[in-house]
Amino acid sequence: MTFSPELEAQFEKFLAKYPADKKRSAVIPMLVYAQDETHAITQEVIEEVAKRCGVTPLQVDEVVGFYSMLHKKPQGTYHVQVCTNISCLIVGGEEIWNQACHKLGIGHKQTTADGRISLEEVECMGACSWAPAVQVNYDFYHFVTPSQLDKLLDGLSAGKKPDEIAGVKRASC
Amino acid sequence: MADLVKFTINGREIEAPAGMLAIEAAKQNGIEIPSFCYYEGYSLQAACRMCLVEVEKMPKMQVACTLPVAAGMVIRTETDQVKLARKSTLEFLLTNHPLDCPVCDKGGECELQDMVFKYGAGESRYVEAKIHVDEQQWSPVVFYDGPRCILCFRCVRACDEGMGVGALGVVNRGAMSLIAPNKGDHLECDECGQCIDICPVGALTSGPYRYLTRPWEMDHIGTICTHCSDGCKTTLGVRNDEIVRGNNRDRSGVNGEFLCVKGRYAFDFNKHAERLQSPMMRVNGKLEEVSWSKALETIANKFGEIRSRGGKFGVIGSNHTTNEENYYLQKFARQGLGTNSIDHHRTGDVVTLVDALSGTTGRLANSADFYERKAVLVIGSDFSVEHPFLAFQARANFRHHEAHIYTVTAEPVREDNYAARSVRVAKGEELGALEGLREALAAEPDLVIVFDDSIKGDKVRSVVEFGQSLGIPVSYCALVDYSNSRGAIDMGLAPEIGPGYHATGQPGMSMNDMLAAADLAALWVVGANPLENAKLAASKAFVVVQDLFLTETAQRADVVLPAASAYEKNGTVTNGRGEVQRLKRASATMGAKTDLEIIGLIAKEMGLAPMMGPWLPETVYAEIRKTVKGYDIPLPLVTIGAQQSTPVNGRVGVESRPDLVRSEHNNLFESGTLGRYSQVLNTVIEGRQSR
Amino acid sequence: MRYNDPSPLETPVLTRRFRLPNSQSIDTYLASDGYKGFERAIGMTQDEIIGEVKTSILRGRGGAGFPTGMKWGFVPRTSPKPKYIVVNADESEPGTCKDRLLMEFDPHQLIEGVLIAGLAVGAQQGYIYIRGEFRYLIGVMDKAIDEAYAKGYLGDNILGRGVKFNLATHSGAGAYECGEESALLESLEGKRGNPRIRPPFPAVAGAYQCPTILNNVETFCAVPSIILNGGKWFADLGSPKNGGTRLFCLSGHVNKPGVYELPMGFNLMRMINEVGGGIRGGKKLKAVVPGGSSCPILKADECDLAMDYDTVAAAKSMLGSGGVVVLDEDTCMVKFALRIMRFYAHESCGWCIPCREGTTWLKKLLTRFHEGQGQRSDIVMIGDLSKNMLGRTFCPLGDAAAMPTIAIVEKFRDEFEAHLDGKPCPYEHINAFSKSGLAA
Repeated sequence: MTFSPELEAQFEKFLAKYPADKKRSAVIPMLVYAQDETHAITQEVIEEVAKRCGVTPLQVDEVVGFYSMLHKKPQGTYHVQVCTNISCLIVGGEEIWNQACHKLGIGHKQTTADGRISLEEVECMGACSWAPAVQVNYDFYHFVTPSQLDKLLDGLSAGKKPDEIAGVKRASC
Repeated sequence: MADLVKFTINGREIEAPAGMLAIEAAKQNGIEIPSFCYYEGYSLQAACRMCLVEVEKMPKMQVACTLPVAAGMVIRTETDQVKLARKSTLEFLLTNHPLDCPVCDKGGECELQDMVFKYGAGESRYVEAKIHVDEQQWSPVVFYDGPRCILCFRCVRACDEGMGVGALGVVNRGAMSLIAPNKGDHLECDECGQCIDICPVGALTSGPYRYLTRPWEMDHIGTICTHCSDGCKTTLGVRNDEIVRGNNRDRSGVNGEFLCVKGRYAFDFNKHAERLQSPMMRVNGKLEEVSWSKALETIANKFGEIRSRGGKFGVIGSNHTTNEENYYLQKFARQGLGTNSIDHHRTGDVVTLVDALSGTTGRLANSADFYERKAVLVIGSDFSVEHPFLAFQARANFRHHEAHIYTVTAEPVREDNYAARSVRVAKGEELGALEGLREALAAEPDLVIVFDDSIKGDKVRSVVEFGQSLGIPVSYCALVDYSNSRGAIDMGLAPEIGPGYHATGQPGMSMNDMLAAADLAALWVVGANPLENAKLAASKAFVVVQDLFLTETAQRADVVLPAASAYEKNGTVTNGRGEVQRLKRASATMGAKTDLEIIGLIAKEMGLAPMMGPWLPETVYAEIRKTVKGYDIPLPLVTIGAQQSTPVNGRVGVESRPDLVRSEHNNLFESGTLGRYSQVLNTVIEGRQSR
Repeated sequence: MRYNDPSPLETPVLTRRFRLPNSQSIDTYLASDGYKGFERAIGMTQDEIIGEVKTSILRGRGGAGFPTGMKWGFVPRTSPKPKYIVVNADESEPGTCKDRLLMEFDPHQLIEGVLIAGLAVGAQQGYIYIRGEFRYLIGVMDKAIDEAYAKGYLGDNILGRGVKFNLATHSGAGAYECGEESALLESLEGKRGNPRIRPPFPAVAGAYQCPTILNNVETFCAVPSIILNGGKWFADLGSPKNGGTRLFCLSGHVNKPGVYELPMGFNLMRMINEVGGGIRGGKKLKAVVPGGSSCPILKADECDLAMDYDTVAAAKSMLGSGGVVVLDEDTCMVKFALRIMRFYAHESCGWCIPCREGTTWLKKLLTRFHEGQGQRSDIVMIGDLSKNMLGRTFCPLGDAAAMPTIAIVEKFRDEFEAHLDGKPCPYEHINAFSKSGLAA
């Protein structure tokens, strides 16, 4: 299967990181980065990664099911992840989660009909001191309030990019 | 061996090599430490936590399966804390394990049942919903019931480490973890069924055996697989005179618990609908059923008549019949019919090897050598596919002893994956590649050289010369195809040599010669199918065939006699390494008789009974012991285990006949003519072709 | 620190560059003592480096608190195999968010720490295993690594001094279990993140079965200062047997949640009230999780204690990974216990029976209990099942699930009883936002 030139370059870099006979080390990074492009880990992706890393497709499949970031079901263009673990839970993470579900009309690991947004209730994302926290793809949103969440989801649903949405600012650089 | 250390288990002083795992040391001293995931010979998991024990001076309980014993160690396996740990682990296991024991194939021989019975709680506190996933069929022989799986990973290791196949893996995480096959929804593998056998619970079940019986309703008959020459012991589960299962859980026999798809499942030819159950005679050009007395009388009359007029006999014996039958047949041919024109389909050049090794002792490799010698050189053979047990041994040798495996083959083979050196050569050029390995091989402490029919005739002598020039102990094995190929040549089913490799002096016709002889008067074929791909030149020859099925050869016969299969008779067979093992009757097919009895009845009908002696396997074996070099092995020894015969005692005074040696190179799912009648093998082959 | 205001009570050592402009760049780093510790270490023997780290009483910041210098000393000197340095940047213990900052705002400090570790054991290759969710940090670290190569601080002949060291980032893909060192190594090798049987420990057989030093981000980040200023200087910053400062991640119901670098042994009540500005909304303190979700909870009256490994251990909890989660009086402890167990059931790798089945059972039981379908006998059983996991699982994850649960049941039994007989959760009506004044 073919990937974008950027991803191919990334794969090259991955394979160069590890000892020559330890290509298997590149399996997980390759899967994560491939998923960014394909939005799902398909059988085709599994076989391709297996081939490139010198392992069997089964050995890749074993990995796919183990890691929670790897999805066989297609994700939306924007994968909205709401943390409800303890630090977020006690300052409104659950309210944020319920609001997101209600607003989008979808649940855990589901995608909106237009394929724009998928939703996932996730475990601690390492933003505890700035809770409640939400991640959209890889961008963090700290101290998320219900009104900010509304703006964020409205904006994404309307086809905006996260950075174009007024009143919502991502935390990380 | 490591130094012995003294330590105690439950107050008893025990001595074991330092570093031995506590669970093994306990077992060797009759102390049971329960476990699911620990399995001798496979990698350690420490996953099931059933083997937790108390060790003095260690704050937490330790798992005995990864605990090396040391001097002065104080281990306790039956304290309240340990008992509670076992009980609670079983309680945890039963939360998601369905309690469908009444309809589970494993019920009655389930390790989880036994453990709960012995160590578990009488009642469950679990009231939540169980996780359910549907059962899946992965192949004609493998079914997987996820909820029953306790994730001990035995199957994964048996397939990966044991078989070198790696067709099973673990998918998902946590309580949702499941075992998965290599092709998404199905398996592409050896179909050996080791995963099913090793499964402690009913998670992996066997297609052919499912729902046929409760385990306690079976009789268990230990006999020898009738397919390839690896000669695995198989314990047949028999219910109402029908074989319903094959395995070798008691690890008796050379093969331990190893069995391939043939040994485990391909007994099913036995109950094939086309099994012959009555003698048949050609009447007006067509074969018709007749009585035994009519058939025997016809044969006796015809044989007598041909003998008295000096007509040419040809006798072809089998690669599957017992030593007793083979011996009896050649005796009949030589002494009763007065001919040396007796042969069988030779699949490896044992004769030349035996000759080349004359004057030496202990140079024929046995089963254990493949596991114990430091190096194994495989020439020609696709080892894992044609000789799965020997390949299994070599693989275990690599795993456990870091043995070096060398391959010289035309095509890639599974052994390449872990071989110290793999040499690829054009077919027929195998011998030439050996010099390139000389330096590496000469540096090995010892070596087994095993070759198929790519090495025959003078090439065998060259291989032995090469081996003997290495300056290290080398043992040899000439691979042959079938369960008693080796016994057939040992018993003298050959025109140029009699039992024990004695030159006959006046060689009769070889098999090829018989088929080609236009003036052949009678052809007697016992358990072979020479006309599968050949024509009988003598159109008027009187043909007698003893077989299980109406093979191509039987269809040409004038008289066909229904023979019992190897699973329906007693006797001995000799595997490819010359190890003599005992067949034990497991079932019977109505109407069929053993070849030994049939030969005896023909002899009786011809008035040759006094010369031939009784057709009792034990009596014939007693004669073999006296007359066949190397076979002087007491029957009880053969019964309890394989005993290697040692025919090498001097030159075999005959020319090599490489022209008569031809292996069928049957793969895992083929077994000569017999394989065609196995539904399991056919289903597997069809399944592969349809994908 | 960009995500929260600093506190005047902090002792900035590892975080001292956070507020410098362009703190990520190597130029900023070099202008503020950057790589000085490494340059100094080049002139030291391996024993001297390890000795200095031992003197510092630096203890592993990932949670276990194992003395770092001792760990480094376990690496066999004479092994013919290559040696590896692996950074555990799989920060995922609930309540913990410090490593993220250390990488984001001072990536070169981590690189320098790794370089010094490489010198200490003779390793020439390092990997930074970063949890997959921290994708932006992989970018930050990759950029810093590129800078370090460009300036000659990484490569085959570093600073022309004959030192060789190569470093690369490695992305995880979402698995708490990979924070366990041996599971991390499995994951680094491209496999499922199941933990390994130990011994052998990573120091002897780690990455690719070679000798490996594996430490938390914060642990490595402390090393340059230790080498530069001396082990004793670092040790003196903290309390006895607990050298230095550490980053505490204050979260939950405090007025000023944030990551603060405080000396080891800093008093927990002072941390809440003086650093964190007290409980928000004037509510009362109910309990504190002192070091991430796996640490047994402390009731309000147990919180007047020094935050170092030994003092917290004496209080039957753990300092853990520095995640201090503060709970006010309106927090439902049954729900809190449930959320913790849901987490561990989700993250259990499935390898061993007690953890795999125990966490799942307890999750279901606590869910039912919180919904008002619990029975009195369930309360005992929750503790019982937790104890049946404790100390019996393959890796510490089972303990991590059991310990907080046992503590919550013991210390807040009354709250469990309040959920009995089909009664609704007493705290269910409380909305975190309306309560906190942060409302929509």
